[in-house]
Amino acid sequence: MDAQIRIRGAGKVFRSGGREVEALRDITLDFPAGQFACLLGPSGCGKSTLLNAVAGFSPPTSGSVEVDGRPVAGPGPDRGMVFQEYALFPWMTVEQNVAFGLSIRRSPKAEIREKTSSLLAMLHLTEFRDRYTKDLSGGMRQRVAIARVLALDSPILLMDEPFGALDALTRHNLQDELLRIWESLRKTVLFVTHSIEESIYLADRIVVMTYRPGTVKRDLAVDLPRPRDPSAPAFNELKKELTGLVMEEQWRHERDETRAVAAD
Amino acid sequence: MGAGNGGTSRAKAFLRGVAVPATVVAVWQLLSMAGQINPQILPAPSAVLVRWYQYLAPTELFDPAKTSYIAWLFSGELIHDAFSSLYRVVVGFVIGAGLALPLGLAMGANEKVYKVLDPLVQVLRPIPPIAYIPLSILWFGLGNAPAIFLISLGAFFPILMNTISGVRHVDGIYIRAALNLGADRKTMFLRVIVPAATPYILTGARIGVGTAFIVVIVSEMIAVNNGLGFRILEAREFFWSDKIIAGMLSIGLLGLGIDTGMERLNAHLLKWHRGIGS
Repeated sequence: MDAQIRIRGAGKVFRSGGREVEALRDITLDFPAGQFACLLGPSGCGKSTLLNAVAGFSPPTSGSVEVDGRPVAGPGPDRGMVFQEYALFPWMTVEQNVAFGLSIRRSPKAEIREKTSSLLAMLHLTEFRDRYTKDLSGGMRQRVAIARVLALDSPILLMDEPFGALDALTRHNLQDELLRIWESLRKTVLFVTHSIEESIYLADRIVVMTYRPGTVKRDLAVDLPRPRDPSAPAFNELKKELTGLVMEEQWRHERDETRAVAAD
Repeated sequence: MGAGNGGTSRAKAFLRGVAVPATVVAVWQLLSMAGQINPQILPAPSAVLVRWYQYLAPTELFDPAKTSYIAWLFSGELIHDAFSSLYRVVVGFVIGAGLALPLGLAMGANEKVYKVLDPLVQVLRPIPPIAYIPLSILWFGLGNAPAIFLISLGAFFPILMNTISGVRHVDGIYIRAALNLGADRKTMFLRVIVPAATPYILTGARIGVGTAFIVVIVSEMIAVNNGLGFRILEAREFFWSDKIIAGMLSIGLLGLGIDTGMERLNAHLLKWHRGIGS
């Protein structure tokens, strides 16, 4: 099967004030269409950097990223992104936010209205359509952000710790909602998280990344049947294995920070 | 004591608010009546009030053959002066804002334009509009033109500076989201950058109106022969200190009215914004 997202030897070095930080080193990954993949690792492992490279916000300094056979040249509506900070436009109502992508494409008015309405219904937002985002809870805002990206009909969904700022119950709800949407629309999802449980609950495939420079530490398929039960033995076995892998990187991260403090 | 319903507590708050001013006015009135204050220096509050009424009221008796009742009611000198001043503020503000807004948007959004124009702006900005009075008379003579020039200048810089920083401080996350959703440069500017900058721009407009109002009073003292600023200067020449104070109070009330109007407008335009309303 052809890869929809093809990453070849991608590296990223940030330079600031004479200091260099190697965020990514030699990442080679293929993601086929329709796969739900999680990038998992502690903070500082470059998982968001990799996602931003696919999104086109910040190209790799070496290697290449291709989507549908074409090199990524910049951000675009074929790769819808959901941000941890929601990034909704506060001067627009919920409905206007969701319709934004379609309206700048100059889709016919009737089509925009119909599509927006069905997305609002899909994400249980219909009664909030005329609200401004300041009046919504975090969970609601992230629903709006997901609806806004789904309106683009992009084959790829990039999600940068989208549920990281939400409380546990809201988070759980939105995970189920996302799976329901993914199962009906079959988009390719690249989902960044540092939550081991979240990655097992959601993904077909989990890519564990190392701390600085970010490399692929382990790339494993999750073939537990859905809906997944976090209390099932198989789930917990996988969780134990992943916890071991992630904690190794977390220790490296903490050791690094302790050293940095000691050097000051 | 202890009556806790909304009506009496509001009445209490009102009484607390007027207690000090009422006492001051009462003492002032008593001292004036006792002959302790020279009325040429400081007239009694009662004299100011009488003069204010005369300033406000129509000068001629109502004659249905000549004017309508409404026109007669508003034919007083104070009404004329207030309208003249307000007219200058509005025209000057519209010109100043009309120039500052596009320039500020261009300077905020385009680094090249900013770098070329910012040094000039930084040099001109600290010059108070009042310092342009001699030049404005040389350029525009007397009448409304120099006054409106000075007022536009007063409104121009606050709006310019706020528009620039509003555009330059647009949160990068909105830009990233809009790019991701497929916005081109025009959409980005009109539907993301400008609305995101409106809180700053409106703050600039409110400061600009305030400055315009200060400048109108000063410019009326030098270039024209009506308006609230002219009237208090004229009153000084006749030693009508009661009219000076009546004029000053009118200026205060008009300024308060303008600022309240601006605040209402801001609240309406920024109803999406956190921190305004609920």
